Amino acid sequence: MIAGEPLDLRARPNWRSVKNIAMTVLMGLAVVAVVIPLVAVVWSVVSRGAGIVFSAFPDFFTAEIPVVSRRAGPGMGPAILGTLLVTAGATLIAVPLGILGAVFLHEYGGTSAFAKLVRFMATVMTGVPSIVMGLFVYLTWTLKFGYSAFGGALALACLMLPVVIGSTEQMLRLVPANLREAAYALGTSKSRTILTVVLPAALPGIVSGSLLAVARAAGETAPLLFAVGAATAYNPNLFSGANTALSMQIFGNATSSFVAAQDRAWGAAFTLMLLAFLVTLTARLLFTRRSS
Amino acid sequence: MQLDLRGRSAYGDRAFRWIAYGAGALVLLILGLIALVMADRARPVIGEMGIDFFSSKRWSAPDGLYGALPFIWGTLYTAAIAVAISVPVSLGVALFVTQVAPRWLKKPMVYLIDLLAVVPSVVFGLWGVLVLSHQFGLGRSFLTAGIILGIMITPIITSLSREVIETTPASEKEAALALGATRWEMIRASVLPHSKGGLVGAVMLGLGRAMGETIAAALVIGSALGQVTLNAFASGNSMPAVIANEWGEADDLHKSALIALAVTLFVITIAVNLIATAIVQRSMKRSRGKTP
Repeated sequence: MIAGEPLDLRARPNWRSVKNIAMTVLMGLAVVAVVIPLVAVVWSVVSRGAGIVFSAFPDFFTAEIPVVSRRAGPGMGPAILGTLLVTAGATLIAVPLGILGAVFLHEYGGTSAFAKLVRFMATVMTGVPSIVMGLFVYLTWTLKFGYSAFGGALALACLMLPVVIGSTEQMLRLVPANLREAAYALGTSKSRTILTVVLPAALPGIVSGSLLAVARAAGETAPLLFAVGAATAYNPNLFSGANTALSMQIFGNATSSFVAAQDRAWGAAFTLMLLAFLVTLTARLLFTRRSS
Repeated sequence: MQLDLRGRSAYGDRAFRWIAYGAGALVLLILGLIALVMADRARPVIGEMGIDFFSSKRWSAPDGLYGALPFIWGTLYTAAIAVAISVPVSLGVALFVTQVAPRWLKKPMVYLIDLLAVVPSVVFGLWGVLVLSHQFGLGRSFLTAGIILGIMITPIITSLSREVIETTPASEKEAALALGATRWEMIRASVLPHSKGGLVGAVMLGLGRAMGETIAAALVIGSALGQVTLNAFASGNSMPAVIANEWGEADDLHKSALIALAVTLFVITIAVNLIATAIVQRSMKRSRGKTP
């Protein structure tokens, strides 16, 4: 497909334009091929999930999860709370650390060998399988402190950290150097310049990048499997006791042979996607307003 | 208010600098800890099985036999199917967006493809198990897993390819067009040779993601033991799927075996990611150097 041989432009023009049109059509078909699964998945989730959610409208969001999974009926309240807890915990850990890491890379490290190594390894870290992060947190945290939403938050934070570092560094690169120089000229210290001039200037981009990372993290399942445990009742305590999450409920109910459980899985999927899309949309809106 | 330029904040400044350094070093720390902690926990099963862990086909917890070959094969095979499905489509979309689509269409199309990345992997898994394998009769197999993984890695391969392709200097494209090349000939003569390295890197990053994807694979691959076959319609298993499915009822040696699987997965994905990141960064730097 990728060829470096010289082109023969002396070939008959007709044949060349036919080939051009054929390839353009193929590229268009590739776009269609991407849109089909997206539409199919969204359609399945909405058509099967929305009915489940809205036929038991407030109950689906508030009731507890049935302990016996073949029993029909609503209830994803604890899972919604669990997802919010785990994701919020992960955000509180990963976003400040990620921003600091990016500040190090762009404001302090620059092109030094250490900064280059950190930048390279952060990119590599985005590719570490999420289940490996889950096991790592299980071995270092859960074994000692037991199941809790916080363990899941730790695992998600490990996944989010390199993503936040990457997106924040890109935003810091866009802050004009003369803003920094103006602050230095006024005698401001470097830390103060970063905190009061550079970061506020890059804030909308940083928030938007972080929100995209949050949306991805909210849907993760594998890192939570070993750390969060399994619960069917509300557990508002971040730091102790087994908890649950929407993604874990979908995973657990997807392979069930009971229709009632499958229905709850679709309802949970609808709720989870609604959450993820809302967060993503907020991120997009923030960023577009800034760049326009 | 009067300015005080006597360096009162020197301590704060230095402290902030060290905090930023620490956040950067955290990335290296986490990656190092993952490798150390997991390798340590994997030792018992490697001591028991020796090299057979990687070459034996028998995996039976009651007999204390742990041969991971079928799972390594399943991971590589499904990832290969995913890449084979995803690469032509991703490349077509990237070329369409950068070379064919009118300016007003570009942004909405990029958003649409990014939406695919927001769909949680467990939702793809749910769709795969209840719609793709059930209603379309594909069953749970290597092929079903490959298709789902292929859909999931398409956004990342597309967006990386797009970035690489956009670094092609306009002068090179215009040179081809000025010689009378059609659009497709221009793509083959200027765009593809210029982006070759970066595209290879993008595909490898996609490969790494496909190998590490857990939940979707765990739901659709079928969890069959001992399958080392090229038959894409056969049920099989992959490393992350085994870990997710068997962890709950595993005893000590079994857990050690699962952790050894995670270490194997970690090493393979890190190797793929290291090479891919190096290729992408080098080709980006080279093409940036070229453009005036």
